[in-house]
Amino acid sequence: MAKMTLDQLRKLREEKKQDLTRREVEGKEIQVIVGMGTCGIAAGAKQTFDEIVKAVEEYGLGKDVIIRQTGCMGLCYVEPTVEVVMPGMPTVIYGKMTADAAKELVRKHLVEKTLLENHIFDRPAVDIVKK
Amino acid sequence: MHYALGDYVLDITQNAIEAGAGRVRVELAESDEAVSVVVSDDGIGMTEEELARALDPFYTDGKKHARRKVGLGLPFLVQATRQAGGSFRIESRKGEGTTVAFSFPTGNVDSPPLGDIPELFRAILCFPGGHEMEIRRTRTSSRGDLAYELARSELAEALGGLERADSLALLRDFIVSQEED
Repeated sequence: MAKMTLDQLRKLREEKKQDLTRREVEGKEIQVIVGMGTCGIAAGAKQTFDEIVKAVEEYGLGKDVIIRQTGCMGLCYVEPTVEVVMPGMPTVIYGKMTADAAKELVRKHLVEKTLLENHIFDRPAVDIVKK
Repeated sequence: MHYALGDYVLDITQNAIEAGAGRVRVELAESDEAVSVVVSDDGIGMTEEELARALDPFYTDGKKHARRKVGLGLPFLVQATRQAGGSFRIESRKGEGTTVAFSFPTGNVDSPPLGDIPELFRAILCFPGGHEMEIRRTRTSSRGDLAYELARSELAEALGGLERADSLALLRDFIVSQEED
């Protein structure tokens, strides 16, 4: 990324208005939070983030889902990490969320409302997770 | 140790804001030899007596936290700089403000020494309050040279406020871009 000026930042803000509405909080009950600390970015969290944005649009979930960034969640060994907060589902932190896994996450967790096995690293009670 | 270094910067910056500053300036300079930080504010400042107490770990004025009996921010920082072979300096005038300066030898801290710079700067720029916040970041080292300044008021104007999640995402992109050589 080349150095940006304040004018370019203003322009970017205008250009990204559509992107930004994706991140509007009001009226949206589902949160997908991507860990984008240095560890996450180094492990490919930007590609994960982009893939989630794309998949959410593909499944027509844009009006219900807010996609956010956060810093390191403390699970650096399984970066990229993604937390999903959704009514009727346990809040889950998924790890090893490559771009491919991110697409699968949107399908399984957000559309089919089932947990994405083998990527769960925190939060849900042990008895929910199938071995 | 880089997370701790960033925490020191945040801690000192928070002190400046809590001292009623209208303007806080954070300067971070990095070279192959040292990582140096200067935080200056125009807050209420301290008398010489108050300044001496500020470095006493078992003293707090009780204004910020009614039940807390220790004030460990500055003493921990002083201890860390001594142990790492760095330096620490504090100057303050009652009614005029305070300047805290400290440095660590680059060879005695992790790399990158200040950890996640975009996250650190976002946290500094988004401290609650109506104060102006300025950050000057320089790096002159074998990793490449950098020099840029950020001002909270300018960024808030360009982004239409810094409170929203979307503004913060753009702010992060902006800071990442400034970190390019």
